[in-house]
Amino acid sequence: MNTPLRRVGMAMMVMILLLLGNATWVQVINADEWRLNTYNRRVLLDEYARKRGLITVADGTVIADVKETTDRLRYLRTYNNGKVFAPVTGYLSVTYGTSGMERAENDLLNGSDDRLFARRVSALITGRDPVGGNVQLTLDSKVQQVAYDQLTAKGFTGSVVAIRPSTGEILAMVSTPSYDPNLLASHDADEQAAAWKQLTAKDANDPLINRATQALYPAGSTLKTVVAAAALADGKTKDSQYTAKGTINLPGTSNAPFPNFNGQPCGPGDTVPMETALAKSCNTAFGEMAAQVGAAKLRRQAEKFGFNDTTLKVPLPVETSTLGPIPDEAALYQTGIGQRDVQITPLENAVVAATIANGGKRMQPYLVSKILGPDLKPIDETDPDEVETAMSKDNASVLRDMMIQSEANTGGEGRNNNIQVASKTGTAEHGNDPLKTKPHAWYIAFAPAQKPEIAIAVIVEDGGDRGLGATGGKVAAPIGRAVMNAYLAGR
Amino acid sequence: MGSPVPTGEGSPGASVATSTSPGLRPPTRRGTELVMLAFAAGIVTLALILVELNQERSLSLTILWLGLAYLGLFACAHVAVRRWAPYADPVILPCVALLNGLGLVTIHRIDLALEGTVFPDGSTWDPVAFKQVIWTAVGLLLFAATLKFLSDHRTLARFGYTFGLIGLVALMLPGVLPGFIAPEINGAKIWLRIGPLSIQPGEFAKVLLMVFFAAFLVSKRDLFTTAGRRFLGMDLPRARDLGPLFAAWGVTVAVMVLQKDLGSSLLFFGIVLVLLYVATERAAWVVLGLGLFSGGAVIAWKLFLHVQQRVANWQDPIGRYDVVGGGYQIAQSLFGLATGGIGGAGLGAGRPEMIPEANTDFITAVIGEELGFVGFAAVILVYMILSLRGLRGAISVRDSFGKLLGGGLAFALCFQVFIIIGGVTKLIPMTGITAPFLSYGGSSLLANYILVALLLRISAAARAPQRAPKPKPQQPAIADQHTVMVERPK
Repeated sequence: MNTPLRRVGMAMMVMILLLLGNATWVQVINADEWRLNTYNRRVLLDEYARKRGLITVADGTVIADVKETTDRLRYLRTYNNGKVFAPVTGYLSVTYGTSGMERAENDLLNGSDDRLFARRVSALITGRDPVGGNVQLTLDSKVQQVAYDQLTAKGFTGSVVAIRPSTGEILAMVSTPSYDPNLLASHDADEQAAAWKQLTAKDANDPLINRATQALYPAGSTLKTVVAAAALADGKTKDSQYTAKGTINLPGTSNAPFPNFNGQPCGPGDTVPMETALAKSCNTAFGEMAAQVGAAKLRRQAEKFGFNDTTLKVPLPVETSTLGPIPDEAALYQTGIGQRDVQITPLENAVVAATIANGGKRMQPYLVSKILGPDLKPIDETDPDEVETAMSKDNASVLRDMMIQSEANTGGEGRNNNIQVASKTGTAEHGNDPLKTKPHAWYIAFAPAQKPEIAIAVIVEDGGDRGLGATGGKVAAPIGRAVMNAYLAGR
Repeated sequence: MGSPVPTGEGSPGASVATSTSPGLRPPTRRGTELVMLAFAAGIVTLALILVELNQERSLSLTILWLGLAYLGLFACAHVAVRRWAPYADPVILPCVALLNGLGLVTIHRIDLALEGTVFPDGSTWDPVAFKQVIWTAVGLLLFAATLKFLSDHRTLARFGYTFGLIGLVALMLPGVLPGFIAPEINGAKIWLRIGPLSIQPGEFAKVLLMVFFAAFLVSKRDLFTTAGRRFLGMDLPRARDLGPLFAAWGVTVAVMVLQKDLGSSLLFFGIVLVLLYVATERAAWVVLGLGLFSGGAVIAWKLFLHVQQRVANWQDPIGRYDVVGGGYQIAQSLFGLATGGIGGAGLGAGRPEMIPEANTDFITAVIGEELGFVGFAAVILVYMILSLRGLRGAISVRDSFGKLLGGGLAFALCFQVFIIIGGVTKLIPMTGITAPFLSYGGSSLLANYILVALLLRISAAARAPQRAPKPKPQQPAIADQHTVMVERPK
């Protein structure tokens, strides 16, 4: 009988091995599938039970705080001036999860980041609860506030992004309509649910989306800066001549007009120099310019400015800006004026402006300047990172000068004669019937033009308060100027 | 027909134990057992301290007293073994002590988590850890009594049929009795309610039926092994000898149908199959049995909603998360295990209140969450050591009945662990069954203490020095004998 008994013993060992193997699979190898499942509230509850780290802006002002409570969750997340900073901070909700910085820097804020390891170990030994690390942002609270006030004063839907060109620090990131993240962080489940319902309602206009990083718009005429950069790189100069016609037919078509704004000719003669074409934002000239450069070189230039970067995180994830498919020459003409399938985020457009401002060197944009331990001692600091040389220094100067001309040709209010600005406006058509759809108003700029300290991108959706007659200059430019003035006034 | 009487057998494997010369008494190893028991008590006390610390309760000397009381309880068990089964395996009792202690700490820990919980029917959570301590004491008493009154396990074989009958009745009773005495709890009809007590007769039936089957098979062994046809290289048993197998299969299916107790029927059938295999040494039984079981399982799956539910929950717990009787429980178990990860949340720092039935069927999930993979694997390995030591006793004992019973008991322990932990970790569909010595519940604890006492008894028989054979009178060889002259009568 011993042989079968030994075999039974083997069977028992096999059963134990199966159990151990499966436990390894569930608890170690495949643990994340279950741990991170949305139904698993353990992780979230654990995080709440810890004191979450703070989020501060550049001057140390706290914008996301914690308050101790007596309820089950122990700590309540509170947001100061929540609506202004919500696109960046995001929210932390027991029911609806996290977004924004709360999500991007979650491990650090909840204390599980490896960089806090030494402190966690000491907390284990001293018996104190682990505490989250703090995140210090690059945001300038004054600029952020002005940008938010400018957009909301007239109830605009849109976004403003401001970047320090020399470093890539994001000085302001605003998206409207915004929301109060305190409502979603509430420990009152009913209050949370009511707020969520209201914010996700159809007519609420997507307040939970951070338009600066998550929304893609046609670039409109602001893309002409990129096209000009490609032409300059291709050997053209500011004096290179292009057609001045008010309307042309798209190549390969007999009756597909490609007009300038209002169909006006770009100059008195047959041709105009690139400088004039940019200053007057002439579509026919830029269609021709794009066609001469060619799709491949145009695309390469756009990539040098940061298009097609699918991995960009600031550390908020950023939608990828693209030129879109360019199947034929007609498409190339349309792409050359930022229409057709060109899609760009406000952040990327600010990066374009900042890159030109920085002498053609593209800096990685970032929002987190420092990571501080629970004791406020710095753990990590972000160093500015030069990604790529998008333009030669000389070409960047040429483009800057042309953008100064463009600013001089741009209308709208808010000009400060003490500050020289280089800019480009855009009036981006969209929708199925572009002529009858209110255009998006764009403005990208940097100042002071000769020694830039701030670069911005402004978008106001659907013409703001000007409807079909809206232009970038009338609607978006005043906002951009106010933001730059506010920043430079403090220096 | 009289009771089956085991036929003694001295197989080659037993020679290890018998080789000890009668004059030299082998070491009893009781000292080793005591040291290991103290070690287990230390671990359990430490676990209790961790729970109290993590639950932010003030530590007091009470914990030390509890630890000592626990040690005292098992010291008594140790004394019982020392006195009545001095040659018993020294590892089995410490393993049991460790598991039982961890179970008590975990049950206490779940009490703390559920403290103040108000259930939908308005009742509040009633702490059960203290009851389990009482059950442990009663269990150890039964354990000692078994060792005292059963000085030779072969005695059991004489009552094989009696035990079989009692066992069968006990197994079937809750299924056939009306609801007021045998209520359906959590979908299974396996309890008997007598006054304030709820007992699960099936737990005891498991041991009783094993005794019966071992005795029966030993007495009828020759029948099973002789005749039969060869088919596909296997020796098939004769049709009429299939009787017991079909009977077992019938009982299994009945349990599944009447009591909706999938775990017990699986366990029961597995035990019968292994006993048949060990007794006959024929793989054909296993193949046949597995075939029968698969057939039965498929039919049950087709016919019964609760079987279909269990299988569906196993396949996709998340997809059926919100369904009534769906995957919520198994999903919570997996969430807990995965969140615990390698190192665990720490004893007292997990969230057992999120897993329904945390202190019975799903207690190992709580241990896996709070002690992590490391602790979970350790518990599984303790079970392995426990059952393999039991099997070792069965292999080295000299009589067939002991071998069969010991092997069956050891396998039953291991198989039960496989069924419940496999269910909790989504290796196999979840079938409600207790984790031996860990889960809350008196019946399970008492039955398993008897089971362990039997294992110890058999291991003691294997290791005890054989009584020296009675010296036979010396008989000189015939060649050396003097020639006796027989005088021819004159």
